[in-house]
Formats: sequence, C-alpha cells, structure tokens
Amino acid sequence: MMRLELVKRPQRSMLFSALSPFIAFGLTIVAGAIMFALLGVNPLSAFRIYFIEPISQVWQLHELAIKAAPLILIAVGLSVCFKANIWNIGAEGQFVLGAIVGSIIPVFFPQFEGPLVLPLMLLLGMVGGAAYAAIPALLKTRFGTNEILTSLMLVYVAQLFLDWLVRGPWRDPQGHGFPQTIQFNDSGILPELMPDAGRANWGFIFALLAAVAIWILMSRMLKGFEVRVLGSSPRAGRFAGFGLNRMVFFAFLLSGALAGLAGISEVSGAIGQLQPVISPGYGFTAIIVAFLGRLNPLGIVAAGLVLALTYLGGEAVQSALGISDKVARVFQGMLLFFVLGCDTLIHYRIRLIGLAAPKLEAAPKLKEAR
Amino acid sequence: MDITVNILLTIATAATPLLIAAIGELVVERSGVLNLGVEGMMIMGAVGGFGAGYLTGSPWIGLLAAVAMGAVFSLLFAVMTLSLATNQVATGLSLTLLGLGLSGMMGTGFVGQPGERLPNLDIPGLTSIPVVGRLLFGQDPIFYISIALTAAVMWFLFKTRTGLTLRSIGDSHTSAHALGIKVIRYRYLSVIFGGACAGLAGGHLSLVYTPQWVENMTAGRGWIALALVVFASWRPWRVLAGAYIFGAVWIGQLHAQAFGIPVPSQLLSSLPYLATVVVLVLISRNKRLTMMNTPASLGQPFVPDR
Repeated sequence: MMRLELVKRPQRSMLFSALSPFIAFGLTIVAGAIMFALLGVNPLSAFRIYFIEPISQVWQLHELAIKAAPLILIAVGLSVCFKANIWNIGAEGQFVLGAIVGSIIPVFFPQFEGPLVLPLMLLLGMVGGAAYAAIPALLKTRFGTNEILTSLMLVYVAQLFLDWLVRGPWRDPQGHGFPQTIQFNDSGILPELMPDAGRANWGFIFALLAAVAIWILMSRMLKGFEVRVLGSSPRAGRFAGFGLNRMVFFAFLLSGALAGLAGISEVSGAIGQLQPVISPGYGFTAIIVAFLGRLNPLGIVAAGLVLALTYLGGEAVQSALGISDKVARVFQGMLLFFVLGCDTLIHYRIRLIGLAAPKLEAAPKLKEAR
Repeated sequence: MDITVNILLTIATAATPLLIAAIGELVVERSGVLNLGVEGMMIMGAVGGFGAGYLTGSPWIGLLAAVAMGAVFSLLFAVMTLSLATNQVATGLSLTLLGLGLSGMMGTGFVGQPGERLPNLDIPGLTSIPVVGRLLFGQDPIFYISIALTAAVMWFLFKTRTGLTLRSIGDSHTSAHALGIKVIRYRYLSVIFGGACAGLAGGHLSLVYTPQWVENMTAGRGWIALALVVFASWRPWRVLAGAYIFGAVWIGQLHAQAFGIPVPSQLLSSLPYLATVVVLVLISRNKRLTMMNTPASLGQPFVPDR
C-alpha cells in the first residue's frame, strides 16, 4: 500500500507557481477526455467543438469578450478579498443588485436621454453592488458573523428580489405579460466597440481597466501591502497598525462595487433590459477565475478568457452533440479542483512512500542512540 | 386536530434533510475540518438516489445509492484537503460548484420522469392510533434514521473514547499528533461520514420530499445546514432543535403562499435565507459562546511531520 507524503519546501517554488495553472488545465483536458468518452463521444472531435470552433471567427471572439468581461470584473475584486483572507462568496448577489440599482434610471426615467445617462447608471450600479456587499461586512465587523454564510444567503435573496421586480412593479406594461422591464433607451445602452465586427461592448474595456487598477493597487500602493500582510498574518498586521475591520469593509465594498459594475454592464450591454435571470452564475464562476489566475489581476484576465470559453464551448457541444450545457459547469469545477491540487506543489514536494518504510528507517537510529 | 398533525408531519419532512446534513457536518467540523461542499454532496446524493431508484424501480436501492454517492464525492474533498493540504474553504466551494454541474449533467435524462418514493412506516394497530400514531409510527424511514443518527452522534462524541479523541483532534491537531493519534485517518473517516450524511439528506429530497429530479433541487439547504452547525454551536441536540425551527420556517412560508396572503411570494420564499442570516447574527453576538465551542483548529490544514 502506498501513501502520499508532503515534504515542505524551504521556499516557494517559482517554477510550479508559474506552471501550476497549465498543469491544471492539462489535467482538466485529460479528465474531460475521459468524460466525453464515457458519454460515447469521440473526445478529439468533442474538444474541437468545445475549445476551437467557438473562437474560430471574429464575431465569436466578440462573444468571448462579452462572457469574459463580467468574469474578469468580479474576479479582480474577489482576488483582493481572498488575498486578505476575507471570503466574499456572494458576488452573484452583488452583481444582481448592481444591475437592479443601475436600472433605476432607464426604468423610471425612460425619457431622460443624453451622455449623462450611462455614467450615472454605471455609478449607481457600483453603489448598489457595494451597498449589498456592505451587509455581510457590517455583520462580520459588528457581530463577528461568518461572512461566507451571510454573503451566500444574500445571493438567494437578491435573485428572488429581482424576480419580484420584473414580475411585479417593474414589469413592462406593454410587454405582453412577459416578466421583463421596458427596453432601455439608446442612451442607456452600453455602446459596442466595433459594431461591424461583433457585439463586444465597453464592458470588456472596463474589465481590463479594473484589472490594471487592481494590479497597481496591489503591487504599488500601501493599501495593497496592507491587504497582503493582513491576509497572511493578521497578528503582524495589527502590530503594523492595520485595522482588520477597516480591511473587511474595504475588501467587501471594492469587490461589491466591481460586481455591481459587472451587473449593470451586463444588463445595459448584452441584454438591454432586466429579466428574471441575468447571469449564468458569473459570480460563482468568478471565484474559479480568481484562483486560476493566481489571485493576480493579469493572470485573472487570461483565466477569465479561458472560463468564458468553457461557457461558449458548453453551448457549442449542446447544439452540436446534444450533450447538456451543464458540461461547462463540470469543466469549471474540475479546473478549480486541479488548480488547488497543483498549488500544493508550490509549497510542498510530494513523495510516494510505502506504509512500512518509516518504521524500518527509525529502528536502527534508536539503537545507535543507546 | 388533523390539520395540526399534517403540519407537524410536513415540518418533520422539511427538517429531516437539514438535520441529517448538519449532523454529518458537525462531526466533520468537530474533527477540525470545514467542508463547505455540503450543498454539492447533497445534490449528488439527490441525483444518485433518484437515478438508482428510477432505473431499478426500488427506492431502497436509491437510498443506498444516495449515501454511497455522497460518501464517494466527499472522498474527493478528503484527498485534496487532507492528503494535499489544500485550502479547505476554496476546496469546499469547488466541491459545491462541481457537484451542481455534475448533477445537472447526470440528471438531464431524469427531468420530468416520475420517481420512486420511499414508503411511510405502517404498523397495523399502532399507526392508526389517533394523533400520535402517524407522528410516531407513520413517517418515512429516513425520519427515523435522522433521529437515531442524532442520538448516535451525541453518544459517540460525548460518551465514547473515540469521540473524545475526535474532539481533541479538532481542538489541537498538533497535540493530538504528538500523542500518536492518527489525525489524518480520523479526519478521512469524519469527512466520509459527513459526505454519506449529506448524500442521505439529498436522497431524502429526491426519494421522499419531492420524488422527482429537479436541477438545483437542494436550493441552498446544504448552506443552511452549514449555518445550523454554527447556530447549534457544535452541539448535536441543538442541531436537532435548529433543524426543526428551520423546517417550520420553510413549511410556514409554503403554507402562507398557498393561503394567498397578500405578500409577494418571492418575499416568503426568501424567508428561510433571511432567517439564516438573522439567526447567525444572533448567535455570533454572543462572542463567548462561539469562542468556547468552535473547534480551535477548524479549517486549518495539517501536514504531519515525520
């Protein structure tokens, strides 16, 4: 019988730190091949449909950018939380609240037009997401309530709230009873970047800007240092005079605002109105993006594109092979598993040993001692 | 009188999956491991239980399959966090995300199919006793398992030597290791027990509560079970009380919706989640209680030195 043993490295391995996402991606491909084979599909042709065909034309790259934008926006915010060892799991709810609050203007003032509309909507979206994220932060700092559970519970509440709005008070009276708000007027629509080539909108630019901003924050500013110190050693942070409570608020408000921005960008960009469901789980998938990108903003941009591809691939295999698009979820879950597993290699070497081995080694040493 | 009995019965049905999943997680957390994958293991149990029952025609085989599914799925978490010392929060989350995806894919063929339901207990003479008969002798088999499980875990944790050892590991894995206790082995077994419980809880949903397969049918119950463990400050009998309070909230809002109370149904549907937040706040306000009862090494990875 064999057993795994972890041997601590004297310092973190730079090699595996860089390689681990790639190893994880390779392992996901292997596991995915096995899964496709089990489903009775030729893995090679399935992979072609899943990973290559969805990005073989220019307009498809635009679709990729549409899916990647919210993932990157949310994930760079979450990376700050996770670095600080603060667990905001409710980005999906903050995304929804951002979309709702940002939509107040186009829903209530449809005649309000001009260049001011969009900036106001985006601002309100960020305020909405941040305000919703402030609830778990307040409960954690005031009462010590576990932020994982509260932020997650609020996701369900936000989704039900949106459902009520679009079926009740905010429903378009001329919408033939469909659960949706009115179509936003042109001033409230996020412009497309290159309308001739595809649908990608300014949301993707926001995502890239946010990634650069967070990168500067984390690597060039005192606040970023504070995040890292409090995350790895809260005690050391306290001696340095960094307040943990202030950090909880900072991380939650920042990630909430970015999730809210992602939410309002999604409804004013890709959708154009509010519906009962506005996200295929971006807030949760962004957690995977954050880890796959090593909690590094630039890595997150790459990881966001990869995860966006898993969504497109899921839709592609569903229409081409009749496999459920839930296959995307499975790929995403496997990817996160393998990334976390491979990260062990950064801090440890893994040795396979027989169970009897330690005893044999230990015995002669004892005799020598006598 | 009959209405009261019926309401009590439905509350028990709603509370049972919460109770089983929370009792399993309680043992896991008492051993010092935080497994946030309850929702994922539960939904895997639900799809496995429904599938096996549907394909074989026997809900009992479905029940076994649900337990096995949860246990096997939790093994994934155990290998990652215990053998590879990965971050428990992130790994638990990924277990939930993977479970939700995998169950959705496995269950595509089951959507809309009629399921098998576990029959209620029926003892001639006893079940027909007015009022108490149906409450005591006429419920589904998993209800009795849930009560027995709670009693067994209570006895195991606080009355046996192995239970004491398990709790000591949760409080200080380094001390336990120094005493020669096999920390990792205990934790493996705890995690698998927790997985089996979560699987059973999921099986209850798809074999008793609503005998059919619906995607995401756990609807956050796994997360509520996690909250129940905190609420109960890691005491089994308080988990029992908490599960029944939440069962009552769940059923109460359903009844309110059926009565057509002039309140948006979405608000009523969100009550269990809001109640969870409120309850967590109330319990964590009492800092001393939480500090005293939280297993001290909860969530921290442990790598034994040679």
